[in-house]
Amino acid sequence: MIRFEGVTKMYGGNVGLLDATIKIEKGDFVFLVGPSGAGKSTLIKLILKEIEPDEGAIYVNGREITHLSNREIPPLRRSIGMVFQDFRLLPNKTVYENVAFAMEVVHSTKRAIRRQIPQVLSIMGISDKADKFPAELSAGEQQRVAIARALINNPMMLIADEPTGNLDPDTAWEIMKLINQINRRGTTVLMVTHAKDIVDRMGKRVVAIDKGRIVRDAWGGEYGYDD
Amino acid sequence: MIRGLKYALTQAFVQVFRNKGMSLASIFSITAMLLILGLFFFVTVNINIATESAKQQFNTIEVYLLEETSRDDADIITQSLLSMDEIAGVTYVSKEEAMEHFKDRWGDKAYLLEGLAENPLPNSLRVELTSLEDGQLIYEACRNLIGVEDVRYYQEEVKKILTITDFIQQGALIIILFLIIVSVVVVSNTVKLTVMARQREIMIMKYVGATNWFIRGPLLAEGMMIGCISAGIYLGLIWMIYSRMVELFSNQALLLFSTSFVEVGFMMRNLIWIFIALGMSIGAFGSILSMRRFLNA
Ligand SMILES: Nc1ncnc2c1ncn2[C@@H]1O[C@H](COP(=O)(O)OP(=O)(O)O)[C@@H](O)[C@H]1O
Ligand SMILES: [Mg+2]
Repeated sequence: MIRFEGVTKMYGGNVGLLDATIKIEKGDFVFLVGPSGAGKSTLIKLILKEIEPDEGAIYVNGREITHLSNREIPPLRRSIGMVFQDFRLLPNKTVYENVAFAMEVVHSTKRAIRRQIPQVLSIMGISDKADKFPAELSAGEQQRVAIARALINNPMMLIADEPTGNLDPDTAWEIMKLINQINRRGTTVLMVTHAKDIVDRMGKRVVAIDKGRIVRDAWGGEYGYDD
Repeated sequence: MIRGLKYALTQAFVQVFRNKGMSLASIFSITAMLLILGLFFFVTVNINIATESAKQQFNTIEVYLLEETSRDDADIITQSLLSMDEIAGVTYVSKEEAMEHFKDRWGDKAYLLEGLAENPLPNSLRVELTSLEDGQLIYEACRNLIGVEDVRYYQEEVKKILTITDFIQQGALIIILFLIIVSVVVVSNTVKLTVMARQREIMIMKYVGATNWFIRGPLLAEGMMIGCISAGIYLGLIWMIYSRMVELFSNQALLLFSTSFVEVGFMMRNLIWIFIALGMSIGAFGSILSMRRFLNA
């Protein structure tokens, strides 16, 4: 599903990612851990083609993406659901419209939008918030909206960059359970996190990065270091 | 295509209302810009009309003919004058016609002229100049014609008028340039603010996988809608201001230049479409400018 082969990304003199090789299969659940500045976000930005690698090859769905044209970037991003620490909801759209936007982007019909959005909002437990604006929601509710938007088009993969970073422990665990449910239904999940307890408790595959290098890749792994 | 257009328009409509602060700021600055451009457009048009009509009054030279110059001779002179590019027209005014004009001008004191035994006025040619600037040249030429007794031309007055109108027109030009610079600064600052407000929104849309056109369409429509609203407000304001100006000044204007302000309705009919188009272009230009930086990445 995703494959990095000897990928290096430098920011001027700064190391972003150094000779990284990694393989994520369909249906995997992978935690990406490492100290701040290790290169976790860099790895994600490379998958989304937000930045270009200096060396190496990146495959998404069997396709080498470093040579994609500008026109091929939006379809690539639509095939991946993204969730961020800061939610990234459109502030002037309601919850319903935020999720609808992801469907409008792929030119879904009004009918399909009207049918699917109540379903996904209900799965996320935020049906009653449909007409609220993001600023009127709690942090946990905003992250649920973001996940609903990430999943509405049935992406093959969900990438989450510290999705629980702004949430209290209980809410974080709720969100974690949601993401685990999504993975059990077949969606590949790549999740960056600093939450030691969550990683240890979930017992999933853990990839650790330090100073741009992949230093560990183990199934049933633990967080493995102290912040 | 049509669906895309409908999508862009409805999105724009909703967003203009939701981003009230930003929309109001943009509407305010575009309206201000239009107001500046528009007011000066009105002022210049009126100044030009007034100065042209002032020039009109002084663009004739009276050529008085000798008593012995016959009508045929006058026609020959007329022909030779008409062959010159600097002369727009020549009218023969007989001494009888001249007396009539004279009496008209004297009005109720015309009876004083009744006592005259014979008409003391000469036959004359009224020469109309193509351009006021050639006055001196034609004046000299007329004086040298055979059969001419005297030539009347308001040299000094013409010189004064020319300096005054030149001064007014150059002054208006300088002020317009200054105001255009001011309004460009105002609008580009507003655009900068909108850009910063929109930067994050555009970035999010791109993460969700929106194509550039999908983002551009509604933003462009939004800019044009704001421009259109600004033009509407502007037209309302200018109509009020201009009607008031006409009311206040048209009498004085009549005295000064013997011309009235351009009629309000005429101005409005001509300007509605120009300014709606102008407002929409400014709005669209602002949107494109604000999007360009973030969509190319
Ligand atoms: N745009 C950038 N310009 C320069 N250096 C950058 C930039 N983005 C990231 N870096 C550097 O690259 C390294 C990895 O950053 P990042 O991938 O964001 O780390 P993480 O997400 O693991 O905290 C850091 O040292 C960071 O300072
Ligand atoms: Mg990071």
